[in-house]
Amino acid sequence: MVEAIMNGLSGLVAGFVHLHWSNPIMFVIGGVLLYLGIKKGYEPLLLVPIGFGCILVNIPLADLMGKEGFLRTIYDAGVMTELFPLLIFIGIGAMTDFTPLLQNPMTFMLGAAGQFGIFLTLALALLLGFPQLDAVSVGIIGACDGPTAIYVTSQFAPHLLGAVSVAAYSYMSLVPLIQPPIMRMLTTRKEREIRMSNEGLKPVSKTTKILFPIVMTIAGGMIAPMGLPLIGTIMLGNLMKESGAVARLTNASQNEIANIVTLLLGISIGATMDGRMFLKGQTLIILALGFLAICLDTVCGVLFGKLMNLMSGGKFNPLIGAAGISAFPMSARVVQREGQKWNKKNHLLMHAMGANAGGQVGSVMAAAVMLSILRGMGII
Amino acid sequence: MQQMDNFTFGVTVLIVGMGGTILTLWIMSLIMTLLMKVFPYKEEEQSK
Repeated sequence: MVEAIMNGLSGLVAGFVHLHWSNPIMFVIGGVLLYLGIKKGYEPLLLVPIGFGCILVNIPLADLMGKEGFLRTIYDAGVMTELFPLLIFIGIGAMTDFTPLLQNPMTFMLGAAGQFGIFLTLALALLLGFPQLDAVSVGIIGACDGPTAIYVTSQFAPHLLGAVSVAAYSYMSLVPLIQPPIMRMLTTRKEREIRMSNEGLKPVSKTTKILFPIVMTIAGGMIAPMGLPLIGTIMLGNLMKESGAVARLTNASQNEIANIVTLLLGISIGATMDGRMFLKGQTLIILALGFLAICLDTVCGVLFGKLMNLMSGGKFNPLIGAAGISAFPMSARVVQREGQKWNKKNHLLMHAMGANAGGQVGSVMAAAVMLSILRGMGII
Repeated sequence: MQQMDNFTFGVTVLIVGMGGTILTLWIMSLIMTLLMKVFPYKEEEQSK
């Protein structure tokens, strides 16, 4: 009888007995993510489920990522199949207005320059000894685009998914803090004060807006077929929005589908943050490289902006180059705010929105180009 | 899977990746410019 009671009691304390040293640390990390999401408002839609998923998976014996665990089921169904990031892309496409980009197609080039951090970080990761496909996944943090980072990492380095996606989403939310010092460092006061008018921006016809996603899908898919799922889904969402013919599907993509998938994606990512796998020196290196990737994106974007300034005879404000990343529309707002700090009458928002929309497509295209190169080299 | 040394891999991805991205987006910007020219904005069409 006493033995039975003792056995019963031991069942109640088993969780404490099996607690690994890394688990309490991960509770704290999960708590920090929850704090950033709830209290600071940094990407709460993702950081809250990620933080909670992180806590869930670190409770011993529950085995939520085991063969029968519910987190494993969600992870296998949506992340391993790459379905979740693609569904999110349909929502992003349905929410994005490419009009500022169509009004000034040259800003697309800033969206290309804003992706250079991907390739530079990849090279650095290789120098630090990461295996090739791991380096690709680390570099992709520089896309500054969560779903793209998850899409690529889940294919080539699923063991890095937790670190890569946490880095991608955390730094994306920190763009307003990361970018301004770099923008100031690389530009002169005179350059920052350059006023840009919106007068030259022509209105865009509905036909062009409808044809844009179709033509981009065909052109992008032909050049980089390996990235077609990424390009195709974002453009499908945009076509639904611009056509106005499927308002119900557009609304569902912007709201219900995006919300449900965001929740499931977030909790799945959190579930990859098992302390025994996550708390390694490598994770810290990935977080540092991810930070560097986003800094390099901004550096390359602003430097390209300076080149455009030179080519335009000093009429182009190089701050706009910083918006060539995928953090939409956060980065464009940072440029607008920074521009106004130096010249109260300056309204860079529409131009920055063009570069930012270019960065959105640019990040997807950069990932697509990279996948196609890897396929071409026989690496994948 | 083909084995390639890290240096060759890194330099190739760096050059072809950056060049490929910029070339692709340049082509896309040309297509967009063309679309804007072929289908210019007409006020009466937008209100249909």
